[in-house]
Amino acid sequence: MKSNTAFWSILLKDTRSYYLKPPNISWGIIFPLAWTGMFFMRSGQGLDSIPGLLPGVVAISVLFGTTSLLSVTITFEKKGRSFERLLLAPISLELLMLAKTTGAIIFGIVNAFVPVIMAAFFTDLSGVNWITLIPAIVLIAISSTFLGLFVAVSVSEVFEAQTFSNFIRFPMLFLCGLFFPIEQLPVFLKPLSYIMPLTYGADILHFSFQRAGHMPLAFNFFMLIAFCTILFQMSLRNIRRNWIL
Amino acid sequence: MDVVAKSIIRVKGLSKKFEEVQAVDSVDFSICEGELFGFLGPNGAGKTTTINMLTGLARPDKGSIRIQGIDCSANPKAAQHLMGIVPDESNLYPELTGYENLAFCGALYGMKRQSRESRARQLLEQFGLADAANRKFARYSKGMKRKLTIAAGIVHSPPILFLDEPTTGIDVASARQIRQLIYDLNAGGTTIFLTTHYIEEAERLCRRIAFIVSGKIVRTDTTDNLMRLTEGRHIVQFALSKDIEGLASAMEKEFPGIKCRELIGATVRIESGKPIFIGPFVKFMEDRGAEVSEARKIRPSLEDVFVEITGIEAHAMKGEKEKGDNSK
Repeated sequence: MKSNTAFWSILLKDTRSYYLKPPNISWGIIFPLAWTGMFFMRSGQGLDSIPGLLPGVVAISVLFGTTSLLSVTITFEKKGRSFERLLLAPISLELLMLAKTTGAIIFGIVNAFVPVIMAAFFTDLSGVNWITLIPAIVLIAISSTFLGLFVAVSVSEVFEAQTFSNFIRFPMLFLCGLFFPIEQLPVFLKPLSYIMPLTYGADILHFSFQRAGHMPLAFNFFMLIAFCTILFQMSLRNIRRNWIL
Repeated sequence: MDVVAKSIIRVKGLSKKFEEVQAVDSVDFSICEGELFGFLGPNGAGKTTTINMLTGLARPDKGSIRIQGIDCSANPKAAQHLMGIVPDESNLYPELTGYENLAFCGALYGMKRQSRESRARQLLEQFGLADAANRKFARYSKGMKRKLTIAAGIVHSPPILFLDEPTTGIDVASARQIRQLIYDLNAGGTTIFLTTHYIEEAERLCRRIAFIVSGKIVRTDTTDNLMRLTEGRHIVQFALSKDIEGLASAMEKEFPGIKCRELIGATVRIESGKPIFIGPFVKFMEDRGAEVSEARKIRPSLEDVFVEITGIEAHAMKGEKEKGDNSK
Protein backbone atom coordinates (compact mmCIF):
# COMPACT_ATOMS: atom_id res chain seq x y z
CA MET A 1 0.00 0.00 0.00
CA LYS A 2 2.82 2.39 0.94
CA SER A 3 4.68 1.40 -2.22
CA ASN A 4 1.54 2.09 -4.26
CA THR A 5 1.46 5.64 -2.92
CA ALA A 6 5.08 6.15 -3.93
CA PHE A 7 4.50 4.59 -7.37
CA TRP A 8 1.53 6.81 -8.23
CA SER A 9 3.21 9.92 -6.88
CA ILE A 10 6.32 9.39 -9.00
CA LEU A 11 4.19 8.67 -12.06
CA LEU A 12 2.00 11.73 -11.50
CA LYS A 13 4.97 13.99 -10.83
CA ASP A 14 6.75 12.87 -14.00
CA THR A 15 3.58 13.17 -16.06
CA ARG A 16 3.01 16.71 -14.88
CA SER A 17 6.67 17.75 -14.93
CA TYR A 18 7.62 16.24 -18.27
CA TYR A 19 4.92 14.64 -20.39
CA LEU A 20 2.14 17.21 -19.97
CA LYS A 21 4.37 20.17 -20.66
CA PRO A 22 3.11 22.08 -23.74
CA PRO A 23 6.29 21.52 -25.81
CA ASN A 24 6.05 17.78 -25.26
CA ILE A 25 2.33 17.63 -26.04
CA SER A 26 2.92 19.53 -29.27
CA TRP A 27 5.92 17.29 -30.03
CA GLY A 28 3.75 14.23 -29.38
CA ILE A 29 1.12 15.43 -31.86
CA ILE A 30 3.20 17.28 -34.44
CA PHE A 31 5.88 14.64 -34.79
CA PRO A 32 3.53 11.78 -35.82
CA LEU A 33 1.55 14.23 -37.98
CA ALA A 34 4.71 15.32 -39.78
CA TRP A 35 5.86 11.75 -40.36
CA THR A 36 2.42 10.72 -41.62
CA GLY A 37 2.19 13.68 -43.97
CA MET A 38 5.73 13.13 -45.24
CA PHE A 39 5.23 9.45 -46.02
CA PHE A 40 1.79 10.12 -47.49
CA MET A 41 3.14 12.68 -49.94
CA ARG A 42 6.22 10.59 -50.68
CA SER A 43 4.12 7.52 -51.56
CA GLY A 44 2.15 9.44 -54.22
CA GLN A 45 -0.48 6.72 -54.21
CA GLY A 46 -3.33 8.65 -52.66
CA LEU A 47 -5.45 7.57 -49.75
CA ASP A 48 -5.13 3.87 -50.58
CA SER A 49 -1.52 3.97 -49.42
CA ILE A 50 -2.44 4.90 -45.84
CA PRO A 51 -2.77 1.36 -44.38
CA GLY A 52 0.65 0.59 -45.86
CA LEU A 53 2.16 3.69 -44.24
CA LEU A 54 0.62 3.21 -40.83
CA PRO A 55 2.95 0.48 -39.46
CA GLY A 56 6.00 2.68 -40.07
CA VAL A 57 4.44 5.87 -38.77
CA VAL A 58 3.01 4.19 -35.67
CA ALA A 59 6.35 2.54 -34.90
CA ILE A 60 8.29 5.79 -35.33
CA SER A 61 5.82 7.67 -33.17
CA VAL A 62 6.14 5.15 -30.35
CA LEU A 63 9.89 4.81 -30.63
CA PHE A 64 10.61 8.54 -30.56
CA GLY A 65 7.82 9.34 -28.11
CA THR A 66 9.14 6.92 -25.53
CA THR A 67 12.90 7.20 -25.88
CA SER A 68 13.30 10.95 -26.44
CA LEU A 69 12.08 12.14 -23.08
CA LEU A 70 12.89 9.26 -20.78
CA SER A 71 16.60 8.97 -21.50
CA VAL A 72 17.03 12.72 -21.08
CA THR A 73 14.91 13.12 -17.94
CA ILE A 74 16.58 10.29 -16.05
CA THR A 75 20.06 11.51 -16.98
CA PHE A 76 19.02 15.03 -16.00
CA GLU A 77 17.68 13.89 -12.61
CA LYS A 78 20.78 11.80 -12.02
CA LYS A 79 23.00 14.75 -12.77
CA GLY A 80 20.95 17.07 -10.56
CA ARG A 81 21.08 14.40 -7.84
CA SER A 82 17.30 14.37 -7.40
CA PHE A 83 17.38 10.77 -8.59
CA GLU A 84 19.32 9.95 -5.38
CA ARG A 85 16.23 10.96 -3.45
CA LEU A 86 14.30 8.23 -5.25
CA LEU A 87 17.04 5.65 -4.70
CA LEU A 88 16.97 6.47 -0.98
CA ALA A 89 13.21 6.04 -0.71
CA PRO A 90 12.07 2.80 0.90
CA ILE A 91 10.67 1.29 -2.30
CA SER A 92 12.18 -1.48 -4.36
CA LEU A 93 14.34 -0.54 -7.34
CA GLU A 94 12.02 -2.52 -9.62
CA LEU A 95 8.96 -0.55 -8.54
CA LEU A 96 10.86 2.73 -8.70
CA MET A 97 11.96 2.12 -12.27
CA LEU A 98 8.49 0.96 -13.28
CA ALA A 99 7.13 4.21 -11.85
CA LYS A 100 9.75 6.20 -13.77
CA THR A 101 9.00 4.40 -17.04
CA THR A 102 5.21 4.13 -16.93
CA GLY A 103 4.79 7.80 -17.92
CA ALA A 104 6.95 7.26 -21.01
CA ILE A 105 5.06 4.08 -21.91
CA ILE A 106 1.70 5.88 -21.74
CA PHE A 107 3.13 8.83 -23.70
CA GLY A 108 4.35 6.41 -26.38
CA ILE A 109 0.99 4.65 -26.60
CA VAL A 110 -0.86 7.95 -26.93
CA ASN A 111 1.59 9.03 -29.65
CA ALA A 112 0.95 5.79 -31.52
CA PHE A 113 -2.75 6.49 -31.76
CA VAL A 114 -2.31 9.99 -33.19
CA PRO A 115 -1.62 8.71 -36.75
CA VAL A 116 -4.21 5.93 -36.36
CA ILE A 117 -6.93 8.42 -35.40
CA MET A 118 -5.87 10.73 -38.22
CA ALA A 119 -5.96 7.87 -40.70
CA ALA A 120 -9.49 6.99 -39.58
CA PHE A 121 -10.71 10.28 -41.09
CA PHE A 122 -9.28 9.46 -44.52
CA THR A 123 -9.53 5.74 -44.97
CA ASP A 124 -11.48 2.72 -43.89
CA LEU A 125 -9.78 0.99 -40.96
CA SER A 126 -12.35 -1.75 -40.57
CA GLY A 127 -9.80 -4.30 -41.80
CA VAL A 128 -7.39 -3.53 -38.99
CA ASN A 129 -6.84 -6.36 -36.52
CA TRP A 130 -7.22 -4.45 -33.26
CA ILE A 131 -6.71 -7.58 -31.14
CA THR A 132 -3.11 -7.81 -32.30
CA LEU A 133 -2.54 -4.08 -32.90
CA ILE A 134 -3.29 -2.83 -29.38
CA PRO A 135 -1.08 -5.33 -27.50
CA ALA A 136 1.62 -4.79 -30.15
CA ILE A 137 1.58 -1.02 -29.59
CA VAL A 138 1.70 -1.56 -25.83
CA LEU A 139 4.64 -3.97 -26.12
CA ILE A 140 6.52 -1.74 -28.59
CA ALA A 141 6.00 1.16 -26.19
CA ILE A 142 7.30 -0.89 -23.24
CA SER A 143 10.33 -2.26 -25.09
CA SER A 144 11.19 1.17 -26.55
CA THR A 145 10.84 2.76 -23.12
CA PHE A 146 13.11 0.16 -21.56
CA LEU A 147 15.56 0.77 -24.38
CA GLY A 148 15.47 4.47 -23.45
CA LEU A 149 15.97 3.48 -19.82
CA PHE A 150 18.93 1.33 -20.75
CA VAL A 151 20.46 4.29 -22.60
CA ALA A 152 19.79 6.60 -19.65
CA VAL A 153 21.49 4.35 -17.12
CA SER A 154 24.46 3.70 -19.39
CA VAL A 155 25.55 7.34 -19.74
CA SER A 156 26.20 10.21 -17.40
CA GLU A 157 25.57 13.32 -19.50
CA VAL A 158 22.37 14.50 -21.16
CA PHE A 159 24.10 15.00 -24.54
CA GLU A 160 25.46 11.44 -24.32
CA ALA A 161 21.92 10.17 -23.79
CA GLN A 162 20.73 11.97 -26.91
CA THR A 163 23.68 10.78 -28.99
CA PHE A 164 23.41 7.19 -27.78
CA SER A 165 19.63 7.20 -28.37
CA ASN A 166 20.06 8.32 -31.97
CA PHE A 167 22.86 5.83 -32.49
CA ILE A 168 20.34 3.08 -31.69
CA ARG A 169 17.09 4.56 -33.01
CA PHE A 170 18.00 5.49 -36.57
CA PRO A 171 19.67 2.19 -37.59
CA MET A 172 16.76 0.40 -35.92
CA LEU A 173 14.21 2.28 -38.07
CA PHE A 174 15.90 1.23 -41.28
CA LEU A 175 16.79 -2.30 -40.28
CA CYS A 176 13.58 -3.44 -38.60
CA GLY A 177 11.65 -4.12 -41.79
CA LEU A 178 9.37 -1.09 -41.63
CA PHE A 179 10.58 0.52 -44.82
CA PHE A 180 12.62 -2.22 -46.47
CA PRO A 181 11.75 -5.91 -46.11
CA ILE A 182 14.40 -7.68 -44.03
CA GLU A 183 14.81 -10.25 -46.82
CA GLN A 184 16.11 -7.50 -49.09
CA LEU A 185 18.79 -6.35 -46.62
CA PRO A 186 22.42 -7.33 -47.26
CA VAL A 187 23.31 -10.61 -45.56
CA PHE A 188 25.69 -8.99 -43.07
CA LEU A 189 22.92 -6.62 -41.84
CA LYS A 190 20.26 -9.27 -41.35
CA PRO A 191 21.54 -10.52 -37.95
CA LEU A 192 21.37 -6.94 -36.70
CA SER A 193 17.68 -6.80 -37.61
CA TYR A 194 16.92 -9.79 -35.45
CA ILE A 195 18.51 -8.33 -32.33
CA MET A 196 16.22 -5.30 -32.48
CA PRO A 197 12.91 -5.37 -30.62
CA LEU A 198 11.23 -3.16 -33.22
CA THR A 199 11.70 -5.86 -35.89
CA TYR A 200 9.19 -8.06 -34.09
CA GLY A 201 6.89 -5.14 -33.30
CA ALA A 202 6.96 -3.97 -36.90
CA ASP A 203 6.06 -7.46 -38.10
CA ILE A 204 2.96 -7.48 -35.85
CA LEU A 205 2.05 -3.99 -37.09
CA HIS A 206 2.32 -5.15 -40.71
CA PHE A 207 0.07 -8.06 -39.85
CA SER A 208 -2.41 -5.87 -37.99
CA PHE A 209 -2.79 -3.28 -40.76
CA GLN A 210 -2.18 -5.37 -43.90
CA ARG A 211 -2.18 -9.04 -42.86
CA ALA A 212 1.39 -9.07 -44.12
CA GLY A 213 3.52 -10.38 -41.26
CA HIS A 214 6.46 -12.66 -42.00
CA MET A 215 7.05 -14.33 -38.67
CA PRO A 216 4.55 -16.23 -36.51
CA LEU A 217 2.56 -13.84 -34.29
CA ALA A 218 3.21 -15.84 -31.13
CA PHE A 219 6.95 -15.74 -31.81
CA ASN A 220 6.83 -11.95 -32.34
CA PHE A 221 4.98 -11.41 -29.08
CA PHE A 222 7.34 -13.75 -27.25
CA MET A 223 10.37 -11.88 -28.59
CA LEU A 224 8.94 -8.49 -27.60
CA ILE A 225 8.24 -9.73 -24.07
CA ALA A 226 11.75 -11.22 -23.93
CA PHE A 227 13.30 -7.89 -25.02
CA CYS A 228 11.23 -6.01 -22.41
CA THR A 229 12.42 -8.36 -19.67
CA ILE A 230 16.07 -8.35 -20.74
CA LEU A 231 16.30 -4.56 -21.21
CA PHE A 232 14.61 -3.90 -17.87
CA GLN A 233 16.85 -6.36 -16.02
CA MET A 234 19.98 -4.99 -17.72
CA SER A 235 18.97 -1.44 -16.73
CA LEU A 236 18.43 -2.48 -13.10
CA ARG A 237 21.80 -4.22 -13.14
CA ASN A 238 23.48 -1.08 -14.46
CA ILE A 239 21.85 1.06 -11.79
CA ARG A 240 22.90 -1.33 -9.04
CA ARG A 241 26.45 -1.48 -10.40
CA ASN A 242 27.01 2.13 -11.37
CA TRP A 243 24.69 4.25 -9.26
CA ILE A 244 24.75 2.36 -5.95
CA LEU A 245 28.50 2.26 -5.68
CA MET B 1 26.48 6.95 28.67
CA ASP B 2 25.97 3.30 27.88
CA VAL B 3 26.72 3.42 24.17
CA VAL B 4 26.20 -0.26 23.39
CA ALA B 5 22.97 -0.79 25.32
CA LYS B 6 20.99 2.06 23.76
CA SER B 7 22.67 2.29 20.38
CA ILE B 8 20.36 2.93 17.44
CA ILE B 9 23.19 2.81 14.87
CA ARG B 10 26.04 0.31 15.16
CA VAL B 11 28.86 0.29 12.66
CA LYS B 12 31.66 -2.27 12.76
CA GLY B 13 34.74 -2.54 10.58
CA LEU B 14 33.20 -0.50 7.77
CA SER B 15 35.50 -0.22 4.76
CA LYS B 16 35.15 1.07 1.23
CA LYS B 17 37.70 1.37 -1.54
CA PHE B 18 37.30 3.26 -4.84
CA GLU B 19 39.89 1.86 -7.23
CA GLU B 20 43.18 2.62 -5.46
CA VAL B 21 41.73 5.00 -2.87
CA GLN B 22 40.75 3.60 0.52
CA ALA B 23 37.87 6.01 1.16
CA VAL B 24 36.77 4.44 4.47
CA ASP B 25 39.02 2.14 6.46
CA SER B 26 37.73 -0.12 9.25
CA VAL B 27 35.45 2.45 10.81
CA ASP B 28 33.64 1.56 14.08
CA PHE B 29 31.15 3.63 16.02
CA SER B 30 27.82 3.44 17.79
CA ILE B 31 25.21 6.15 18.11
CA CYS B 32 22.70 6.26 20.92
CA GLU B 33 19.01 6.96 20.53
CA GLY B 34 18.37 10.70 20.74
CA GLU B 35 22.04 11.57 20.34
CA LEU B 36 23.48 14.28 18.11
CA PHE B 37 26.64 12.66 16.81
CA GLY B 38 29.19 14.68 14.88
CA PHE B 39 31.39 13.26 12.17
CA LEU B 40 34.18 15.72 11.67
CA GLY B 41 36.90 15.66 9.09
CA PRO B 42 38.45 17.47 6.16
CA ASN B 43 37.22 17.27 2.60
CA GLY B 44 37.83 13.79 1.21
CA ALA B 45 38.18 12.22 4.67
CA GLY B 46 35.38 9.72 3.97
CA LYS B 47 32.42 11.45 5.62
CA THR B 48 30.07 11.38 2.63
CA THR B 49 31.12 7.83 1.69
CA THR B 50 30.28 6.74 5.23
CA ILE B 51 26.87 8.43 5.04
CA ASN B 52 26.26 6.86 1.64
CA MET B 53 26.97 3.41 3.06
CA LEU B 54 24.77 4.05 6.09
CA THR B 55 21.87 5.20 3.94
CA GLY B 56 22.14 2.59 1.19
CA LEU B 57 23.65 4.67 -1.61
CA ALA B 58 26.93 2.78 -1.46
CA ARG B 59 27.82 -0.81 -0.69
CA PRO B 60 30.48 -1.46 1.94
CA ASP B 61 33.38 -3.69 0.89
CA LYS B 62 33.65 -4.94 4.46
CA GLY B 63 31.96 -4.44 7.79
CA SER B 64 28.46 -4.30 9.13
CA ILE B 65 25.84 -1.60 9.69
CA ARG B 66 22.89 -2.13 11.98
CA ILE B 67 20.20 0.49 12.31
CA GLN B 68 17.66 -0.27 15.04
CA GLY B 69 18.83 -3.85 14.79
CA ILE B 70 18.23 -4.08 11.01
CA ASP B 71 21.18 -5.36 9.01
CA CYS B 72 21.50 -2.65 6.35
CA SER B 73 23.53 -4.79 3.97
CA ALA B 74 20.88 -7.50 3.92
CA ASN B 75 17.83 -5.26 4.05
CA PRO B 76 18.62 -1.65 3.15
CA LYS B 77 15.05 -0.78 2.20
CA ALA B 78 13.71 -1.71 5.66
CA ALA B 79 16.27 0.58 7.26
CA GLN B 80 15.45 3.43 4.86
CA HIS B 81 11.99 3.73 6.45
CA LEU B 82 13.72 4.80 9.65
CA MET B 83 15.93 7.51 8.26
CA GLY B 84 15.74 10.96 6.81
CA ILE B 85 18.59 12.05 4.61
CA VAL B 86 19.79 15.54 3.86
CA PRO B 87 22.60 15.40 1.29
CA ASP B 88 25.43 17.90 1.02
CA GLU B 89 23.74 19.51 -1.98
CA SER B 90 20.08 20.51 -2.12
CA ASN B 91 18.57 17.95 -4.45
CA LEU B 92 14.88 18.68 -4.57
CA TYR B 93 12.94 19.14 -7.80
CA PRO B 94 13.49 22.59 -9.31
CA GLU B 95 10.22 22.50 -11.25
CA LEU B 96 8.09 21.82 -8.15
CA THR B 97 7.09 24.38 -5.54
CA GLY B 98 8.31 24.10 -1.96
CA TYR B 99 4.97 22.69 -0.90
CA GLU B 100 4.84 20.20 -3.78
CA ASN B 101 8.38 19.03 -3.04
CA LEU B 102 7.54 18.26 0.57
CA ALA B 103 4.27 16.53 -0.31
CA PHE B 104 6.06 14.47 -2.96
CA CYS B 105 8.81 13.44 -0.51
CA GLY B 106 6.11 12.39 1.96
CA ALA B 107 4.52 10.24 -0.74
CA LEU B 108 7.85 8.49 -1.37
CA TYR B 109 7.62 7.26 2.22
CA GLY B 110 4.04 6.08 1.72
CA MET B 111 2.33 8.89 3.62
CA LYS B 112 -1.35 9.27 2.81
CA ARG B 113 -2.40 12.40 0.91
CA GLN B 114 -4.04 14.18 3.85
CA SER B 115 -1.22 13.54 6.30
CA ARG B 116 1.56 14.49 3.86
CA GLU B 117 -0.22 17.68 2.85
CA SER B 118 -0.78 18.80 6.42
CA ARG B 119 2.79 17.81 7.35
CA ALA B 120 4.13 19.81 4.39
CA ARG B 121 2.22 22.89 5.53
CA GLN B 122 3.38 22.40 9.12
CA LEU B 123 7.04 22.11 8.08
CA LEU B 124 6.89 25.14 5.82
CA GLU B 125 5.57 27.08 8.77
CA GLN B 126 8.17 25.64 11.17
CA PHE B 127 11.06 26.38 8.81
CA GLY B 128 9.89 29.91 8.06
CA LEU B 129 9.12 29.11 4.43
CA ALA B 130 5.33 29.48 4.47
CA ASP B 131 5.48 32.63 2.32
CA ALA B 132 7.49 30.77 -0.31
CA ALA B 133 5.33 27.63 -0.24
CA ASN B 134 4.02 28.15 -3.76
CA ARG B 135 7.29 29.37 -5.25
CA LYS B 136 9.25 26.97 -7.45
CA PHE B 137 12.28 25.44 -5.71
CA ALA B 138 14.52 26.71 -8.52
CA ARG B 139 13.71 30.27 -7.42
CA TYR B 140 14.63 29.72 -3.76
CA SER B 141 17.78 31.29 -2.31
CA LYS B 142 20.59 28.96 -1.25
CA GLY B 143 19.66 29.21 2.42
CA MET B 144 15.99 28.56 1.68
CA LYS B 145 16.97 25.56 -0.44
CA ARG B 146 18.97 24.10 2.44
CA LYS B 147 16.08 24.62 4.84
CA LEU B 148 13.58 23.00 2.49
CA THR B 149 15.98 20.10 1.90
CA ILE B 150 16.18 19.53 5.66
CA ALA B 151 12.38 19.76 5.89
CA ALA B 152 12.14 17.15 3.11
CA GLY B 153 14.43 14.90 5.13
CA ILE B 154 12.08 14.91 8.11
CA VAL B 155 8.74 15.02 6.33
CA HIS B 156 8.01 11.41 7.35
CA SER B 157 9.14 12.07 10.95
CA PRO B 158 12.05 9.61 10.92
CA PRO B 159 13.71 8.63 14.20
CA ILE B 160 17.15 9.10 12.59
CA LEU B 161 18.33 12.01 10.48
CA PHE B 162 21.54 12.07 8.44
CA LEU B 163 22.79 15.58 7.75
CA ASP B 164 25.69 15.93 5.37
CA GLU B 165 27.36 19.35 5.65
CA PRO B 166 24.05 21.18 6.27
CA THR B 167 25.47 24.70 6.53
CA THR B 168 28.18 24.64 3.88
CA GLY B 169 28.07 27.50 1.41
CA ILE B 170 25.17 29.44 2.90
CA ASP B 171 24.98 32.86 4.55
CA VAL B 172 25.58 33.35 8.25
CA ALA B 173 21.96 34.11 9.14
CA SER B 174 20.65 31.02 7.36
CA ALA B 175 23.39 28.88 8.92
CA ARG B 176 22.35 30.10 12.37
CA GLN B 177 18.72 29.29 11.66
CA ILE B 178 19.64 25.84 10.42
CA ARG B 179 21.75 25.14 13.52
CA GLN B 180 18.78 26.13 15.68
CA LEU B 181 16.52 23.83 13.65
CA ILE B 182 18.98 20.96 14.10
CA TYR B 183 19.15 21.65 17.81
CA ASP B 184 15.34 21.73 18.09
CA LEU B 185 14.96 18.52 16.10
CA ASN B 186 17.40 16.76 18.39
CA ALA B 187 15.67 18.18 21.45
CA GLY B 188 12.45 16.67 20.06
CA GLY B 189 14.06 13.20 20.17
CA THR B 190 15.45 12.75 16.66
CA THR B 191 18.80 10.99 16.55
CA ILE B 192 21.08 13.05 14.32
CA PHE B 193 24.22 12.02 12.46
CA LEU B 194 25.90 15.23 11.39
CA THR B 195 28.91 15.47 9.13
CA THR B 196 30.61 18.81 9.01
CA HIS B 197 33.95 20.44 8.48
CA TYR B 198 32.94 23.42 10.66
CA ILE B 199 34.54 22.59 13.98
CA GLU B 200 32.69 25.29 15.90
CA GLU B 201 29.39 23.92 14.54
CA ALA B 202 30.23 20.45 15.84
CA GLU B 203 31.38 21.90 19.17
CA ARG B 204 28.17 23.85 19.59
CA LEU B 205 25.74 21.12 18.55
CA CYS B 206 27.15 17.65 19.11
CA ARG B 207 27.19 15.57 22.24
CA ARG B 208 29.75 13.17 20.81
CA ILE B 209 32.18 13.60 17.97
CA ALA B 210 34.28 11.30 15.81
CA PHE B 211 37.28 12.75 14.01
CA ILE B 212 37.84 11.09 10.65
CA VAL B 213 40.99 11.57 8.61
CA SER B 214 41.91 9.69 5.42
CA GLY B 215 39.08 7.22 5.96
CA LYS B 216 40.05 6.33 9.53
CA ILE B 217 38.47 7.43 12.76
CA VAL B 218 41.28 8.85 14.85
CA ARG B 219 39.21 9.62 17.93
CA THR B 220 35.63 9.30 19.14
CA ASP B 221 34.60 10.92 22.38
CA THR B 222 32.08 13.19 24.03
CA THR B 223 32.53 16.87 23.34
CA ASP B 224 33.07 17.42 27.07
CA ASN B 225 35.86 14.85 27.21
CA LEU B 226 37.49 16.29 24.14
CA MET B 227 37.32 19.77 25.58
CA ARG B 228 38.90 18.46 28.79
CA LEU B 229 42.04 17.88 26.76
CA THR B 230 42.40 21.64 26.60
CA GLU B 231 42.24 22.14 30.38
CA GLY B 232 45.28 23.93 31.77
CA ARG B 233 46.32 25.00 28.31
CA HIS B 234 47.07 28.64 27.62
CA ILE B 235 46.92 30.16 24.17
CA VAL B 236 47.93 33.59 22.97
CA GLN B 237 47.58 34.75 19.39
CA PHE B 238 49.78 37.51 17.97
CA ALA B 239 48.94 39.59 14.92
CA LEU B 240 52.10 40.72 13.12
CA SER B 241 52.86 43.39 10.55
CA LYS B 242 54.32 40.76 8.19
CA ASP B 243 55.07 37.05 7.82
CA ILE B 244 58.49 35.89 9.02
CA GLU B 245 59.78 32.70 7.56
CA GLY B 246 60.63 29.99 10.08
CA LEU B 247 59.31 32.04 13.01
CA ALA B 248 57.44 29.18 14.66
CA SER B 249 60.41 26.81 14.81
CA ALA B 250 62.72 29.63 15.95
CA MET B 251 60.36 30.48 18.81
CA GLU B 252 60.01 26.87 19.90
CA LYS B 253 63.81 26.66 20.01
CA GLU B 254 64.10 29.90 21.97
CA PHE B 255 61.27 29.17 24.42
CA PRO B 256 61.27 25.47 25.29
CA GLY B 257 57.90 24.05 26.40
CA ILE B 258 55.78 26.11 24.05
CA LYS B 259 54.09 25.09 20.84
CA CYS B 260 54.06 27.67 18.12
CA ARG B 261 52.00 27.68 14.92
CA GLU B 262 52.01 30.15 12.08
CA LEU B 263 48.48 30.85 10.87
CA ILE B 264 47.36 32.55 7.70
CA GLY B 265 47.42 36.36 7.61
CA ALA B 266 50.69 36.99 9.49
CA THR B 267 49.36 35.50 12.69
CA VAL B 268 51.22 33.35 15.19
CA ARG B 269 49.66 31.23 17.90
CA ILE B 270 51.53 30.15 21.01
CA GLU B 271 50.36 27.37 23.27
CA SER B 272 51.75 26.44 26.63
CA GLY B 273 50.87 24.43 29.71
CA LYS B 274 51.84 27.45 31.82
CA PRO B 275 50.54 31.04 31.79
CA ILE B 276 52.08 33.01 28.93
CA PHE B 277 53.76 36.35 29.59
CA ILE B 278 53.82 38.15 26.28
CA GLY B 279 56.78 40.51 26.78
CA PRO B 280 59.62 38.17 25.74
CA PHE B 281 57.63 36.94 22.75
CA VAL B 282 56.85 40.45 21.51
CA LYS B 283 60.51 41.38 21.83
CA PHE B 284 61.59 38.21 20.02
CA MET B 285 59.31 38.98 17.09
CA GLU B 286 60.19 42.66 16.94
CA ASP B 287 63.87 41.76 16.92
CA ARG B 288 63.12 39.86 13.72
CA GLY B 289 61.57 42.88 12.03
CA ALA B 290 57.87 42.30 12.65
CA GLU B 291 55.75 44.68 14.65
CA VAL B 292 53.16 43.12 16.93
CA SER B 293 49.84 44.88 16.43
CA GLU B 294 47.76 42.69 18.69
CA ALA B 295 48.18 39.98 21.34
CA ARG B 296 45.02 38.15 22.26
CA LYS B 297 44.34 35.45 24.82
CA ILE B 298 42.37 32.66 23.18
CA ARG B 299 40.01 30.30 24.95
CA PRO B 300 41.04 26.79 23.88
CA SER B 301 38.45 25.32 21.55
CA LEU B 302 37.61 22.05 19.90
CA GLU B 303 39.58 23.34 16.94
CA ASP B 304 42.75 23.10 19.04
CA VAL B 305 41.85 19.55 20.03
CA PHE B 306 41.18 18.68 16.42
CA VAL B 307 44.51 20.13 15.30
CA GLU B 308 46.35 18.30 18.05
CA ILE B 309 44.71 14.95 17.35
CA THR B 310 44.67 15.04 13.57
CA GLY B 311 47.61 17.29 12.78
CA ILE B 312 45.40 19.11 10.26
CA GLU B 313 45.08 22.86 10.43
CA ALA B 314 41.43 23.83 10.77
CA HIS B 315 41.69 26.79 8.42
CA ALA B 316 43.20 24.52 5.78
CA MET B 317 40.25 22.15 6.16
CA LYS B 318 37.72 24.97 5.77
CA GLY B 319 39.52 26.57 2.87
CA GLU B 320 39.79 23.28 1.02
CA LYS B 321 36.07 22.60 1.24
CA GLU B 322 35.00 26.10 0.34
CA LYS B 323 37.35 26.09 -2.63
CA GLY B 324 35.53 22.93 -3.72
CA ASP B 325 32.14 24.56 -3.23
CA ASN B 326 33.08 27.57 -5.28
CA SER B 327 34.34 25.49 -8.11
CA LYS B 328 31.01 23.62 -8.37
